[in-house]
Amino acid sequence: MSMFDGLKFRNISSPIHRIDPRAKFIYVLTLFIVAVFFNQLIPLLILFFSQIPLVIIAKVKKEWFRLIKGSSFFAAIIFIMNVISLYFYSGYSSFASIIEQASAMTVRFIVLIESFSIFFLTTSPDMLGLSLEQIGIPYEFCFAFTTAIRFVPVLAEEAQTIIDAQRARGLEIEGGNLMKRIRNYIPILIPLIVNAIRRSLELAEAMESRAWGAAEKRTTLYMLKMERRDYCLILISALMLAASIYVWLFIKIPTLTQILNIQG
Amino acid sequence: MIDVKDVYFTYPNGVEALRGVSLQITDGEFVAIMGQNGAGKTTLVKHFNGLLKPTRGRVLVDDVDTRHVSVATLARKVGFVFQNPDHQLFSETVEDEISFALKNFGFDEKTIKERVNWALNILDLTRYRGTSPFMLSGGERKRVALASVLAWDPKILILDEPTIGQDRNQKERLRQFILQMNHQGKTVVIVTHDIEFVAECEPRVVLMANGKIVADGAARNVLTDPDLIAKSWLILPEITNVLLNLKDIGFPANVMDVYEARDLIIERIGWARK
Ligand SMILES: Nc1ncnc2c1ncn2[C@@H]1O[C@H](COP(=O)(O)OP(=O)(O)OP(=O)(O)O)[C@@H](O)[C@H]1O
Ligand SMILES: [Mg+2]
Repeated sequence: MSMFDGLKFRNISSPIHRIDPRAKFIYVLTLFIVAVFFNQLIPLLILFFSQIPLVIIAKVKKEWFRLIKGSSFFAAIIFIMNVISLYFYSGYSSFASIIEQASAMTVRFIVLIESFSIFFLTTSPDMLGLSLEQIGIPYEFCFAFTTAIRFVPVLAEEAQTIIDAQRARGLEIEGGNLMKRIRNYIPILIPLIVNAIRRSLELAEAMESRAWGAAEKRTTLYMLKMERRDYCLILISALMLAASIYVWLFIKIPTLTQILNIQG
Repeated sequence: MIDVKDVYFTYPNGVEALRGVSLQITDGEFVAIMGQNGAGKTTLVKHFNGLLKPTRGRVLVDDVDTRHVSVATLARKVGFVFQNPDHQLFSETVEDEISFALKNFGFDEKTIKERVNWALNILDLTRYRGTSPFMLSGGERKRVALASVLAWDPKILILDEPTIGQDRNQKERLRQFILQMNHQGKTVVIVTHDIEFVAECEPRVVLMANGKIVADGAARNVLTDPDLIAKSWLILPEITNVLLNLKDIGFPANVMDVYEARDLIIERIGWARK
């Protein structure tokens, strides 16, 4: 369960928690776009490290760090896959540049995970649903969305129990070659997926039997209002996007290998 | 033998689920762990096969510290059937499900076949051999889970809530089966809320509350103690309750067995006739 705590809303008070979900979403989306924009190591590393102050302000560094640590297995797979494919299918000259390129892809993955984590750690599912509703999305979709998010931690907890149950039957998740490691996840993924489907069917039945959707027009207790800090964050996001487009178009980013060669 | 030495356990989220538990379970013993929801029962038994490692204290299984061996190694000796079968079923057929662990432990083809047949038979599942486990009813899935663990014949058997969702008939089969396993020298540990089931089995009972053991002794002594039972949010076995209400006319307060109660009552009636 430890790793997935990094995707679960932490109900604490911090400036980041108070930001309007819509503004935060725009920020995370920008992060995503920028991360996909660049495939060089240096800008991706900058992107990675620039999130750390946010994590500290939001007081979620323990959960965040756990998630990063937990995703290192997948990061390793991505790294290895990239090294292999770059080695065989592309004209990279030196081994160093292959490693750098593969690292860049890995860091990109971690940045994506990281921005996800910041968003979900600091945004309550209710607020998220509310903001969707207020930008005019039909309630059915908002509900489906919040429910999906709400079930993330439940699924995570369930995944841990399933892992325990299969380990108790002699499954060794660690160890073995890559193929075997991937195959080891089958006994974990199948119960997880089957249970998720079963649960959603049950949920639908339970809701219908409680007259879901009976009221035509719904009212809400809380109303979201964008404030100055929210507009600030949107502005920052826009600037970030503009800056990266500029860099992307007009500046040739050196690779780490080149820089080190010059120094060395 | 399982030796739990002053174990404390705190979950990563800070919940202190065990606070100083010491317990010895010798080979061939039959133990029922009982107590209210959240008492720490599941947490405790997860220490027996190393799924959880103590935050403080030690757990020894046959003199081996669980911190120093892998779960897979311990699992060969300690079979653990989880509370919810849906957490482990994943194969296409019941047969594959049962052979999964056997393959993990490296049994040969022939032995796997024998053991699967044996397990299917003993849990009344032979007719579902080729069925998908997902098509079975809740109680049947629970039995498949049980069969999938029994199949490798572990020396110590841990069952978390084995009677949930079982009808009277299957419960009786389960009881016979557990007793039979126990007679063959296996250590059996069950976690349960089903006091009538425990009263019929008469094992050693360990009562837990708030991460601690609050009582430990023969079922006959623990389950017939009204104060203890009330404190653990359980209800006295029916028979005990009946005789307890007749205490003022001289019936003993520590009877759980229907037949024993019957004999006592008949004796009484005979005495009254005279
Ligand atoms: N994975 C977990 N993470 C955090 N806390 C947990 C976890 N599992 C259990 N707990 C907490 O630990 C305490 C003991 O839980 P445990 O599952 O051992 O209880 P139990 O006696 O088996 O209860 P039940 O009768 O409901 O099965 C509870 O307070 C529970 O909330
Ligand atoms: Mg439990």
